Amino acid sequence: MFKNVRELVELAENENIPISEVMIRQEMEVTEKSRDKVMGQMEENLSVMEKSVDDGLKGVESRSGLTGGDAVLIQDYMKNAEPLSGHLLLDAVSKAVATNEVNAAMGIICATPTAGSAGCVPGTLFAVKEKLNPTREDMIRYLFTSGAFGQVIANNASISGAAGGCQAEVGSAAGMASAAIVEMAGGTPQQSAEAMAITLKNMLGLVCDPVAGLVEVPCVKRNAMGASNAIVSADMALAGVTSRIPCDEVIEAMFRIGQRMPSAYKETAQGGLAATPTGRAIEQQIYGTSLQKE
Amino acid sequence: MKYRSVFDIIGPVMVGPSSSHTAGALRIGRMARQLLGREPKWAKIYLYGSFADTYKGHGTDVAITGGLLDFDTFDTRMGDSMKIASEKGIDIEFFEESAKTDHPNTAKIRIGDDEEDIELVGISIGGGKAEITELNGFDLRLSGHHPAILVMHNDRFGAIASVTQILAKYEINIGHMEVSRREQGQDALMVIETDQNIDPEIVTQLEKEEHIMQVVKVSD
Repeated sequence: MFKNVRELVELAENENIPISEVMIRQEMEVTEKSRDKVMGQMEENLSVMEKSVDDGLKGVESRSGLTGGDAVLIQDYMKNAEPLSGHLLLDAVSKAVATNEVNAAMGIICATPTAGSAGCVPGTLFAVKEKLNPTREDMIRYLFTSGAFGQVIANNASISGAAGGCQAEVGSAAGMASAAIVEMAGGTPQQSAEAMAITLKNMLGLVCDPVAGLVEVPCVKRNAMGASNAIVSADMALAGVTSRIPCDEVIEAMFRIGQRMPSAYKETAQGGLAATPTGRAIEQQIYGTSLQKE
Repeated sequence: MKYRSVFDIIGPVMVGPSSSHTAGALRIGRMARQLLGREPKWAKIYLYGSFADTYKGHGTDVAITGGLLDFDTFDTRMGDSMKIASEKGIDIEFFEESAKTDHPNTAKIRIGDDEEDIELVGISIGGGKAEITELNGFDLRLSGHHPAILVMHNDRFGAIASVTQILAKYEINIGHMEVSRREQGQDALMVIETDQNIDPEIVTQLEKEEHIMQVVKVSD
């Protein structure tokens, strides 16, 4: 098994295969399943993601009423105006938001790598798809490439907001997405690593401070930013921009920041946006009591 | 390495809103039920760390209850699990604990019926993955991602060999194994994760061995 991004990229370069193929082969080896079975299972996950986006674009609302409907607003805006940030970017944003709105409404999603960060990978995939016209297999491969980078983060740092803050969730998801975009757009394995490093660098330090402890505010919009960050970083890497700090060291830095992050900022609803006057007022409305401890 | 399969990262398919506080929590509840071997009549669930702080918002209580009912992570009945449990006459209580634990998402679960009860500690480590770290006072590590058997035995020489010989006879390969005991010469616990599923027939045979008290099967 590849232990870090350097080994992952080397495996791809030495065999002259894409990152997705390294991941597929490893999965077959580790689980002793056939290629068809492994590809089939990933296609099922892809179908779940498609359905989540579709549901979200029709409009959903969470039980708390805090989130829902923004994906529809963005899509309507795109139909009636030329978005300043460009069509593809805003399309990705709306689809990332759609996924997380469905998640908040207790709908069915595929965690990538977590539920709270489930929007970045499918949001970017279904937006980039409109531009690059990938085959179904290319789309499945996108998920394997995302998974390969995610696995390195999960094993060397963390993908849990409670353990590492939002940088470990949306930061990881955005990094995974940017690496996959690069492969789909025809970039090299090393460029995927650069894209992931650039994305994650810009997510370092991000705290997990959900209002009322719900995976809604700011999680839904953080996925929007994660998706845009992923696309911009992918473009930078495809342009030949590299990260001065190697990808594995960025992951290590993320891990250390997470370890030293006070627990108030790790999914406990004790700090950040959760502790704002409005955040506390929302808690009162939902629970009739405050989650504040001190 | 904790995460071995790509589907730990791209997955699980689940009912929202939180992979650690909903899907992972459900898996802890479900492993508890498997270890008891049947539906419990009562459950006392103690939540620690971030679980205790935010469980209401994430539906952690609803999810653990869903696990005790043997629901999967994508079972849409999860939202109604409390109601379903109460209709079945299962008495479930939740307690918010303030003690510090090694992992921020920790739950201690005591479940049982008129005949038997068990106590375990589970942690949700991120992305929907969960591990059992303690069972009836024994330290262990059980991921629930491989078929496994838990063997309660007397801490005597030959006990482990008798188990591995039977597994070898049925061509069952052991992927991970650990043994723990509270005191030398007393009760001990073997945790054996295997690559193949273990037939009930093998479990019966294992239980016949000298020094083996009880064998519990946990499926993948």
